[in-house]
Amino acid sequence: MTATNTRAVGRDVEVELYRLMLKIRLSEQRIIEIYPTDKIQSPIHLSIGQEAVAAGVCRALRSSDHLYGTYRSHGIYIAKGGDLGQLFAELYGKDTGCARGKGGSMHLTAPEHGLMGCSAIVASLIPVATGDALAARMRRDGRVVCAYFGDGAVDEGVFFESANFAVLKDLPIVYVCENNRYAVHSRVVDRHKQDKLYRLAEGLGLRGSRHDGNDVAGVFKTMRRAVEATRLGGGPVLLEYTTYRWHEHVGPGTDYEEAYRFPGESRETAQNDPITKMAARLQRRGLHRELAAIATAVRAEIDRAVVFAETSPFPPPERLTADLFEVVA
Amino acid sequence: MKRLSFGQAIHSALAHAMENDPSVFVMGIGVDDHKAVFGTTKGLVARFGRERVFDTPISEGAMTGVAIGAALAGLKPIHVHIRADFLYLAMDQLLNVAAKWHSMFGGRMSVPLVIRAIIGRSWGQGAQHSQSLQSLLMHVPGIKVAMPTTPADSQGLLLAAIADPNPVILFEHRLLYDIVGDVPDPPVAVPFGRAALRREGSDLTIVATSHMVIESLSAAEILEQHDVSAEIIDPVTLVPLDDEAILRSVAKTGRLLVVDTSWTRCGASAEIAALAAERAFSSLRAPIRRMGMQPVVCPVSKPLERAFYPNATTIAGEALSLLGRSFAGVSPAEPAEAFKGPF
Repeated sequence: MTATNTRAVGRDVEVELYRLMLKIRLSEQRIIEIYPTDKIQSPIHLSIGQEAVAAGVCRALRSSDHLYGTYRSHGIYIAKGGDLGQLFAELYGKDTGCARGKGGSMHLTAPEHGLMGCSAIVASLIPVATGDALAARMRRDGRVVCAYFGDGAVDEGVFFESANFAVLKDLPIVYVCENNRYAVHSRVVDRHKQDKLYRLAEGLGLRGSRHDGNDVAGVFKTMRRAVEATRLGGGPVLLEYTTYRWHEHVGPGTDYEEAYRFPGESRETAQNDPITKMAARLQRRGLHRELAAIATAVRAEIDRAVVFAETSPFPPPERLTADLFEVVA
Repeated sequence: MKRLSFGQAIHSALAHAMENDPSVFVMGIGVDDHKAVFGTTKGLVARFGRERVFDTPISEGAMTGVAIGAALAGLKPIHVHIRADFLYLAMDQLLNVAAKWHSMFGGRMSVPLVIRAIIGRSWGQGAQHSQSLQSLLMHVPGIKVAMPTTPADSQGLLLAAIADPNPVILFEHRLLYDIVGDVPDPPVAVPFGRAALRREGSDLTIVATSHMVIESLSAAEILEQHDVSAEIIDPVTLVPLDDEAILRSVAKTGRLLVVDTSWTRCGASAEIAALAAERAFSSLRAPIRRMGMQPVVCPVSKPLERAFYPNATTIAGEALSLLGRSFAGVSPAEPAEAFKGPF
């Protein structure tokens, strides 16, 4: 362990990590509530239960550090600083959405906060993030890039191709594998003999490590260490965070009873809720009142975001043919 | 003006763009080796450094993504494929990522990516080193497709592509590389979406792409001996396509033959034929004809390979047939092949 890894996480940061996780959780719970109304006509991939990874990873990045995500990206959108009103408006397909209603839940973006884009094609933005890191290195602008993907993405060839290139060019990139145990309904152990995913690209020279993805302070600390090291020229690294998908692959429901799940998982998750664990830690320090205030503020923010989405206009019909190409100057 | 070959004109455009814009860089398999992609990247390493001209691992998928990411971050990558066939490995990145980005995120970002892909064709290149992929890329919205024929266009379209904020792919035909022509000095960008009138005529319109323009020009010479006046239109870019130039010519001649370097089925030739059928039907005095690669896998054996592609003679024959005529028993000699190989 290096000094930076053991360096304490300050109280303010812990509170902020808690706030980010709660904001993700409550936002997605609101999405579940709204979903039956059919006002959100976009497939949703929830990250409830996985909030610690999004919060810890994003909090360790600067706003100018670029991040690339997947179709399960409500969490990183919120944690990287994306506007909540624009998120709900995007889910509603409104003109005020973060992608002006063209992207939906699977294609979130907040480039002003460094979240460049999210893709529904598994692993497809791993090489794109790698190219962004190449640009950071060529221009020596001090940015770090993060490719954020699930355990399914390491099945794809471009993961290995990208890892090889990043190592070859010593790029300032952190590959974050959010291992929630399932790629759709397929378990890691049914897809890989070597199920220590962080070791998969070791032969290419990509250093990796695995950490508890339900311990938000731990995620933050390990990510901060990786980001600082790669910013200083330490080269790429792969961090695997083990967590757990509470909900079905896509949609608002749960499917604990289905055969693909490991038995006893719902009990296990309840005991390993990253938000409950962090709340207990902060309560032990006597922060009850602060936690209550955070919940109130987050709920109010979500209320405002939903009102914004509901009252925003849909894109006018002529927007259909706009945006295919940027107009040549 | 100066006289340059098609390949030299590409080199000239690359050097010009790199000199004037430090964000331009060139990547691809072999761009820094002694052969320098048929000379098009020759000397660029010495001039601009290894960071801006570099070889890549043989990972077409990820390397296309790398180029996209660098473009998103503000650089202007030029990714070179010495054979277009390898683009199949990059289709996810090209079509799911590059072509989508601007639109999918509401027009907030652009991907100023340039892909150069060389069509290998002929001299025994066979099934996997000869393909011409423009039709596939035309089908999916979001990526521009250019097919230079002349040195002025190989230089000018590349410069326009580099200046364009959108993803652009240029298909460079290997058999055009040694053709010499006048090019502007200093280099000038050639705007997309403007077809070139390669030859004026009155009896039929031949819309031809890339190397098929050269074959069609030879065909027009043969046709002239048969008192047939062929007009030749080169679309220059397929996306965007200069509809009006094609429609104007068809309105004038009343007959259309489309000759493309790719297969005809669902191809560039089908799109151009559909354009004329939909918007110039009343001008047409005969059914539209199309020519392209035979609907089979490209063979290596010389006689089979010769039969696989249209050439000046077969194009002239098709044009005569379109006019209800034939060579009347006097078939012209097979054209000599200038290219002797090896590649």
